[in-house]
Amino acid sequence: MTFRKYLVLAGITVFATAGDSLLARGMKDLGNVNVSLHNLSALLLAILNPWVTAGILLLLAFFACYMSALSWADLTYVLPATSLYYVLVALIARFGFHEEISPTRWLGIALIAAGVGFVAAGPSVTPSRRHLDSHEPCRDAVSQEVKS
Amino acid sequence: MKDIYAWAAIGLIVLTSTTGDVLLSYSMKRVGDVGELWKRRGVLAVVGRVLRTPTFALGLMAMGIAFYSLLFGLSWGNLSLIVPASASLSFAANAVAARIFLHERVGRRRWIAALLVAGGVVLMAV
Repeated sequence: MTFRKYLVLAGITVFATAGDSLLARGMKDLGNVNVSLHNLSALLLAILNPWVTAGILLLLAFFACYMSALSWADLTYVLPATSLYYVLVALIARFGFHEEISPTRWLGIALIAAGVGFVAAGPSVTPSRRHLDSHEPCRDAVSQEVKS
Repeated sequence: MKDIYAWAAIGLIVLTSTTGDVLLSYSMKRVGDVGELWKRRGVLAVVGRVLRTPTFALGLMAMGIAFYSLLFGLSWGNLSLIVPASASLSFAANAVAARIFLHERVGRRRWIAALLVAGGVVLMAV
């Protein structure tokens, strides 16, 4: 794991949190929209709201970081390692939108933080069993290029 | 009766989002380290190679179905049931699916991490 890779993991959590918060802020402008086929036009028009547009752009940045992380780390590493997202969302709900956080929620936050620490301290990528058994080299396109 | 719909939606969300994550992870492993590829060939090569991976489109489709199941699930059940139930079950389902289909070695450390996070997500919704 290099510093750049930790930055990509941080990017996943930060972009997802910021994107969702901006979406939430934008959807508050629209008021209560019941999600159903009848309100489809209201949902489509929602993307014209500047908060929603900014949120969607940040979520695209999140998706790019997520795909980048999956290209060099295991799925079972990336998912727990980036779950600080749930903690950040709760903190923004508390201090940005002034929502109350109950003691059980704080306990949930602590459990998630512990899970993140647990997985982040381990290896980010494990050799697959198939590769180990047959001593087969990595078959992805980039490593083949690097070799040749 | 409404509960059955809500749990059906949760089941569909867990199934499709896990399928999506596994397919996307598989595709990106086929492409290889995109940072390395970006340095060698530029950003267009990265985008081109990702888009030309057929499983990537399938993964995106599964994610799209998961997103719409979530929207419809939210109209049938409570936000405080659907979101935490589907998120925490997805963490466990992903660990199992990654082990079976991606041949990742999910050791004790990763199981504990996945279960801690899944439990934490449930508590945050209470």
